[in-house]
Amino acid sequence: MGWRLRRKKKDMPGGLWTKCSACAQMIYTKDLQENQAVCTECNFHHTMHGRRRIEITADPGTFQEHFSDLQPKDRLGFVDSIPYTEKIAKAQEKTGNADACLAGLCEIGGHPIALAVLDFSFMGGSMGEVVGEKIARTVELAEGKGIPVVIFSASGGARMHEGAISLMQMAKTCGALQHYRERGGFSISVLTNPTTGGVTASFAMVCDMTIAEPQALVGFAGPRVIQNTIRQDLPEGFQRSEFLKDKGQVDLIVSRNEMRDKLALLLSYAENRPKATA
Amino acid sequence: MAKKKTKTSSPAALPFEQPIEDVRSRLTELEELAAQTTHDLSEELAFYRERLERLTNEIYSELSSWNRVQVARHPNRPLTTDYISNICDDWVELFGDGVFGDDSAMATGLATIGRHKVLLIGQRKGRDTKERLACNFGSAHPEGYRKALRKMKMAERMGLPIVCLINTPGAYPGVAAEERGQARAIAENIHEMFGLKVPIVCLVIGEGGSGGALGIAIGDKVAMMENAWYSVISPEGCASILWHSAEGKEKAAEALKLTASDLLGFGIVDEVVPEPVGGAHAHPKDAMQIVKGKIESWLDELLAMPADLMLEARYQKFRHIAQVQSSVESQALGAASHRGVDTPASRLASPSEIHGEG
Ligand SMILES: [Zn+2]
Repeated sequence: MGWRLRRKKKDMPGGLWTKCSACAQMIYTKDLQENQAVCTECNFHHTMHGRRRIEITADPGTFQEHFSDLQPKDRLGFVDSIPYTEKIAKAQEKTGNADACLAGLCEIGGHPIALAVLDFSFMGGSMGEVVGEKIARTVELAEGKGIPVVIFSASGGARMHEGAISLMQMAKTCGALQHYRERGGFSISVLTNPTTGGVTASFAMVCDMTIAEPQALVGFAGPRVIQNTIRQDLPEGFQRSEFLKDKGQVDLIVSRNEMRDKLALLLSYAENRPKATA
Repeated sequence: MAKKKTKTSSPAALPFEQPIEDVRSRLTELEELAAQTTHDLSEELAFYRERLERLTNEIYSELSSWNRVQVARHPNRPLTTDYISNICDDWVELFGDGVFGDDSAMATGLATIGRHKVLLIGQRKGRDTKERLACNFGSAHPEGYRKALRKMKMAERMGLPIVCLINTPGAYPGVAAEERGQARAIAENIHEMFGLKVPIVCLVIGEGGSGGALGIAIGDKVAMMENAWYSVISPEGCASILWHSAEGKEKAAEALKLTASDLLGFGIVDEVVPEPVGGAHAHPKDAMQIVKGKIESWLDELLAMPADLMLEARYQKFRHIAQVQSSVESQALGAASHRGVDTPASRLASPSEIHGEG
């Protein structure tokens, strides 16, 4: 459940040309950016920055950020190659965000919702207490306003540097979603490349609806861990969205350029849901 | 501690227990001798008995995190099956998830523990090779988690409290497990356990390996045995990620803060169940009786609570289990004063030094 995945360069660097990690083609960076980080050659949906995700998902000008002041803490005094506090500082400097989750209120197709987005560029989108807390607060915000919640995931799982505290975020987020559901909540989880470990094994898999982007790696154990356990090659397409759909694990696959419209449509079906009774 | 030559040593002795074993075998020799001779050896015997107790106390009061992991995995440590045969007056095992299959790694059944009728769920590791293979060494598949949930929902309808014994290195990481939705199975258990209207008590009896443990560990009372471990990843897994080898497992065990007292300090567990000095593996029957008494009193306490209050308390406990502050500057190590949450002194203790196997 570590946050590290295979070291592939998924971020889009600022060069004129970018090599697609899926098909190895050189893509004109501007084209790639305009195509929302979806490869123009092979259609691979690359991991995208949290802020950019919000831009292409929320109706323009509707996003109001919440809980951005929550700061991670090194409660364990965790040191690997460098102290965790330095790791945090570097990630904060790199991303301009306090931790790996961005949250707030917005509209999608005119439907007011609470939105949380995991940002893979911040320590692999790993979930420590700030991510868990923000997910829980976003769900509570939705509960308080009687609106749906939409959560985009991209994460290597629970953040090892926070030990059992990060494990407990799985409980916290699931608890918040259960509380919300009992009180008339409606939730949509969007799984994007990659989503594994403690995030998949908690809030990302207990929403009312589970959507995946095409070809996204989604699983509990990482492919390397499985390979080390079974000592065999993994089947073709293993743990990709299409595989999950075949195995009955996701409700539908939605490509990035259709995501906003599809979410708006799905949300419209939940407009007349019974309101909270509790 | 000086190395001593010894004739007999228990094969199950852990490396750090060797000095204890040495004294124990000396004592055994003397006892045998005392039985054969007319000489009065009571003074010598008393000396060695006292020494054995003192040494065990000493060593067990200074266990490193890695030592505790070793104790948690000790081959003679009581397992779920031992608890079933020792603390349950009655046991009706129930099988299957009702959809796909049965998973031996997750035992479920109706049990009577002292004055309480309960649903008992226990992660099963197996003792001999055949059992271990059948239980995948304690790593459940999705059907194990679904079996547990199915029985928990049944228990709710029957008005039976639920007792979960946690002992797993982690949920099984394999192709079939992924195909059948390991992540979703665990997530749904965590989610649904918040809504079960009967008391749930969870006790980590050995290993609390990550999501695989948490999948049956949402309860009104969450406790750990004194020498159990519970964390987001095993020390070996952590070491292989950080240092690309399992060699740093001792260091990783320290860094993860995975012992019962660490977790009590973080407010993650409500209680630490003491083990007899020398560990549960040295005195399994005594250890299990302590657990039995604890389960009985926890259930007495919880059964006296109105269900709605109990559920709200369960939710609030996990909701605020590792509370972050809304503050920009709070990077201070160990700064841990939270809204309405008591701060145990141990949480403020400075991180212990990293050291190797004791
Ligand atoms: Zn491509």
